[in-house]
Amino acid sequence: MSEIPEKEAGRPGSGPRPGPRPWSGPRLRAALLVLPLLAFVGVTFLAPLANMLVRSVYDPVVADALPETLERLRAWDGQGLPDEAVYEALAGEVLAAREDRTLGQVATRVNRVQSGLRSALTRTARRLRNVDEGPWSDAMIGIHAAWGETGTWRALREAGDRYTARHYLNALDLQRDPEGSIAFQPEDRQIYLFLLWRTLLVSLGVTTLCLLIGYPVARLIAHAPPRRANLLLILVLVPFWTSLLVRTTSWIVLLQNQGVLNDMLVYLGVIGDDGRLAMIYNMTGTFVAMTHVLLPFMVLPLYSVMSAIPRVQTSAAESLGATPWQSFWRVYWPQTLPGVGAGCLLVFILAIGYYITPALVGGSTGQLISNLIAFHMQSSLNWSLAAALGGILLVCVAGLYLLYDRLVGIERMRLG
Amino acid sequence: MTTITTTTAGHGFWHIAYLGFCALVFAFLIAPILVIVPLSFNAEPYFTFTEGMLRLDADAWSLRWYRQIVEDEEWSRALANSLFIGVSATVLATALGTLAALGLSNPAMPARRFATGLLISPMVTPVIISAAGMFFFYSNLGLAQTHLGLILAHAALGTPFVVITVTATLAGYDQNLSRAAASMGAGPLTVFRRVQLPLIAPGVVSGGIFAFAASFDEVVVVLFMGGIEQRTIPRQMWSGIREEISPAILAVAVFLIVFAVLFLLTVEWLRRRNAR
Repeated sequence: MSEIPEKEAGRPGSGPRPGPRPWSGPRLRAALLVLPLLAFVGVTFLAPLANMLVRSVYDPVVADALPETLERLRAWDGQGLPDEAVYEALAGEVLAAREDRTLGQVATRVNRVQSGLRSALTRTARRLRNVDEGPWSDAMIGIHAAWGETGTWRALREAGDRYTARHYLNALDLQRDPEGSIAFQPEDRQIYLFLLWRTLLVSLGVTTLCLLIGYPVARLIAHAPPRRANLLLILVLVPFWTSLLVRTTSWIVLLQNQGVLNDMLVYLGVIGDDGRLAMIYNMTGTFVAMTHVLLPFMVLPLYSVMSAIPRVQTSAAESLGATPWQSFWRVYWPQTLPGVGAGCLLVFILAIGYYITPALVGGSTGQLISNLIAFHMQSSLNWSLAAALGGILLVCVAGLYLLYDRLVGIERMRLG
Repeated sequence: MTTITTTTAGHGFWHIAYLGFCALVFAFLIAPILVIVPLSFNAEPYFTFTEGMLRLDADAWSLRWYRQIVEDEEWSRALANSLFIGVSATVLATALGTLAALGLSNPAMPARRFATGLLISPMVTPVIISAAGMFFFYSNLGLAQTHLGLILAHAALGTPFVVITVTATLAGYDQNLSRAAASMGAGPLTVFRRVQLPLIAPGVVSGGIFAFAASFDEVVVVLFMGGIEQRTIPRQMWSGIREEISPAILAVAVFLIVFAVLFLLTVEWLRRRNAR
């Protein structure tokens, strides 16, 4: 902030100031220039993210449709069956919800807490029209046995919470057991932790592979004569600029069963025609294509750090008796660490949220957490769960982003 | 460069192994993109080289897939959508991003690091999360399945590229030039228009190209938010890859590769101009 008095000093009529005022001229002017974009990004990008996070913990549909039932259920101790009053309220509200055509939404949500309750609700609403008076409990249990079970009412009460951590628990394969404490889902229903774990492993693997093959290449480019360096750099930049879908298509063309690589191997006699390798629509496909897409993000930061290292240093080390390995490990490598950190973090951040490539070439075994979010957005329509999974992924990425800022500095991010 | 070759002859093998390894990595990077080009001239509806193609039989090569995409209305509408959405989003992103970069480059900017972090965040947020969030939010505003919604979304995703590029260019801009102009009586707007903008123009244009390329290649937001009327080239390719695989996609891919090379060369040319 010391630049401000210095700048101000050059202006006629303004002497040196004791310190920057909160909103003095230059500060205000700078802030006003940034403000339009901040507002734009706030409305078009940050607000949608915030909205999604709210959706992951807030769902008023059931609470709005069955207010009286839920109010009366609050007096219930959670043991046995609730009073007749609760049945009466539910009967009335289920019929009303059917009239408003909101019953479907309510049933879907209750069903997510305990499967099987969708039909209980819809069938009850359909048949209750023929019932004129109580006792409602007998009538409802007669229509569907679920109303005679304690678990049903617990599920209904849980689905009625406006604010809930349920979706986050679900997204981590957890659930509340009847006593209210948190426990793992039954083994056969655990999928999300496994996918999170797989996503982490794949991201780590891709990052490591990118570093292993990117480091030598970046070093070669950084220390080549300028003209050759430019040419080699183009070889890295062409894939960087080429459409992601084009690159994914390329890998399908190369790796599929009747693809170029398999044809070549069969032609060369390495494999028989019936022994074609399954290299795509599985984890191999995801891994290879992701490495290809993310490699430039490793090479470019490495290159920019390496090209600032004077070549004479390693020569000097070797002339003083160091072996090539020693001069690399003790002199060269430590100086490239900022590039290694920047490249690895960038690749890891991009890998962990990867969607397009796994969706197109991952088959069923190469799917990552992003694909699951897309599945819940588009197929199962469990948007709250999608939002919770998105929230978890967002926290991971935000943490890495802050780490990147601390280690590398966001303002030092370069493109191409 | 002689220093490299003076390493003793005993390292010769390792040096050649090193070069060989690098050659393989370069091949890994570039070969998948190159292989698309000849295959797009396949006369048969296959994704691999036919025997005729390998014999360089003239009949085995054809332009039929190029003819197909040129004649197909879906592809031309997709191109029109891509260009309209891309150009509009780019104009918006470039204008807002350049202004913001000017503010961020000013040492007096308050909370600069925080503001930069927020403004760059659309670039590092996984696109599936952005797309999901935008889908909910834009649907509520009635902007889903409209061109305007996609333009706003793509502009938001494109602004970080402009901010980064223009900020980098401004780091090399000599603020004394602005002061000199101001001391000779030019108002702030004149200083910007006549002195600063012409000098940072290469950075602004590069940022714009990055933003356009990002929109031109974006498929997830379009997938979530776009309707039939908003199908873009990447969206069309997406269904091409998923549903009816036809070599017509390869012909489109070749066009996109040509675009990519043009973008790349322009940006590199601008960068070199700027460096001088």
